[in-house]
Amino acid sequence: MIHHLRALSGIIRRELLRTMNQRGRLAAAVVRPLVWLALFAAGFRNVLGLSITPPYETYILYEVYITPGLVAMMLLFHGMNNSLSMVYDREMGSMRTLLVAPLRRWYLLGARLFANALVVIPIVYVFLAIARWWDVRPPALGYAAVLPALLVTGLMLGAFGLLISSFIRQLENFAGVMNFVIFPMFFASTALYPLWRLDDVSPLLGWAADLNPFSHAVELIRFCLYLRWAPVEAAVVVGAGAAFFWLAVYAFEPGRGFWARRAEA
Amino acid sequence: MTGAFPSENATGAFSGKVAAGFPSENATRENDPALAVAHLSHSFAGRRALDDVSFSVGGGGFTVLLGLNGAGKTTLISLVTGLYHAHGGAVRVFGHALREQPLRALAQMGVVFQQLTLDLDLTVRENLRYHASLHGLPGSLARERQAAELARLDITDRADERVRTLSGGLRRRVEIARALLHRPRLLLLDEPTVGLDLSTRRAILAHVRELCRADKVSVLWATHLMDEVDTGDHLVLLHRGAVAWDGPAGELCAATGRASIADAFMARTQA
Repeated sequence: MIHHLRALSGIIRRELLRTMNQRGRLAAAVVRPLVWLALFAAGFRNVLGLSITPPYETYILYEVYITPGLVAMMLLFHGMNNSLSMVYDREMGSMRTLLVAPLRRWYLLGARLFANALVVIPIVYVFLAIARWWDVRPPALGYAAVLPALLVTGLMLGAFGLLISSFIRQLENFAGVMNFVIFPMFFASTALYPLWRLDDVSPLLGWAADLNPFSHAVELIRFCLYLRWAPVEAAVVVGAGAAFFWLAVYAFEPGRGFWARRAEA
Repeated sequence: MTGAFPSENATGAFSGKVAAGFPSENATRENDPALAVAHLSHSFAGRRALDDVSFSVGGGGFTVLLGLNGAGKTTLISLVTGLYHAHGGAVRVFGHALREQPLRALAQMGVVFQQLTLDLDLTVRENLRYHASLHGLPGSLARERQAAELARLDITDRADERVRTLSGGLRRRVEIARALLHRPRLLLLDEPTVGLDLSTRRAILAHVRELCRADKVSVLWATHLMDEVDTGDHLVLLHRGAVAWDGPAGELCAATGRASIADAFMARTQA
């Protein structure tokens, strides 16, 4: 047990140090959602009428609506970057160093995911603090209530990234993942538009957004930030996360998955 | 699982004799070979990478796994470190079957992979600390061993520099130090001297030979460089995925009637 905790703290420490060393990536992680908030949302606020939808109790600005979606976007990009770094790690071999540690593979992968989900959270809070300047001001307690939602969403998207990374054989394929996975997941969700709007445009799009676990992650963050309980969203995010994780562990098992078939130099 | 391993002889080295089977108990036995590979086979997309490979590394011995590029050395190291399972055959580390008791087997093992696996942007000390935590070493013990290994490598003064600033030879030495932090009894090195200049190569090889002699660490040294083989070494010659020779390197020369390992290698693999 103590071995497990030492390993976990070592993995978290490494992720923190690596993240702090990547200043450019850190800055990009905060600037990306700010660009959306300052430019995209400003342009859209007059185009898009929003009715009163839960958890909001009054008419809100589009900036307010879009902020939880942008937070989820930060977690999505971080999870996928994580997936990229896993592929990179695997090519560079440091993933191997992790996997020859005398601990169960599911534990090592889970610890790696947990560490990744943890290191992005301070960056999210920096964004939420800056977003107050655009009058995005959820209740003070909402900032605390959203913390578990950020963690489970981070874990779910990280597990999804890990699963994707087990399919990628080369670093170059990441561009494909971007186009075929990240963009559809983000745009066919409630991050930018409420579900009823999507339904209006096309029932198929509404249906896709409703099935998309990313939508549920966005709504979970939105509801928690405004101190509203969202049991269905929480269950979907936790359930999808567990399923992705289980599949990813399966793919990384020594007896199956891609490594067993992968030709090596 | 059943299977037969070449047994160890009294000198702790190797022999062609075949043991009856595995001991079934969990405990590590002192007279178990450090590494026993039995009838290992693996293929990728129909291409046979390893074909019925059997050999063992005696306790405290220095074994060279020699083969050209593509002979199957890296596949063998991947299988022995449990990265994925072989399609056939078995691996035991000090008597622990890799499939059934992977954690016991891995705990005995230190590995230096072919690719550099250090975090370039972390310091030497942080890299070592990360590894120590993965092996569950308590902080004080980890610090003590880090200091000892860094001193042995004579790079204590560079411990707080980023790995990126170190030369290729030093990086390799740091990786060897890292692999030894948890005091493994079996050290696997996959072409650790590739890309290094001659004097650095010799220094690293001498360092590992010294480890083997002084600390009684069993070593499996995979290489394609003939000049890294000593006539006194246990040599396993891997050619096109199969074992072409398993025995003392000197005897290979005698058996083929050639004066050098390189000539004997050519004679054996081109026959």
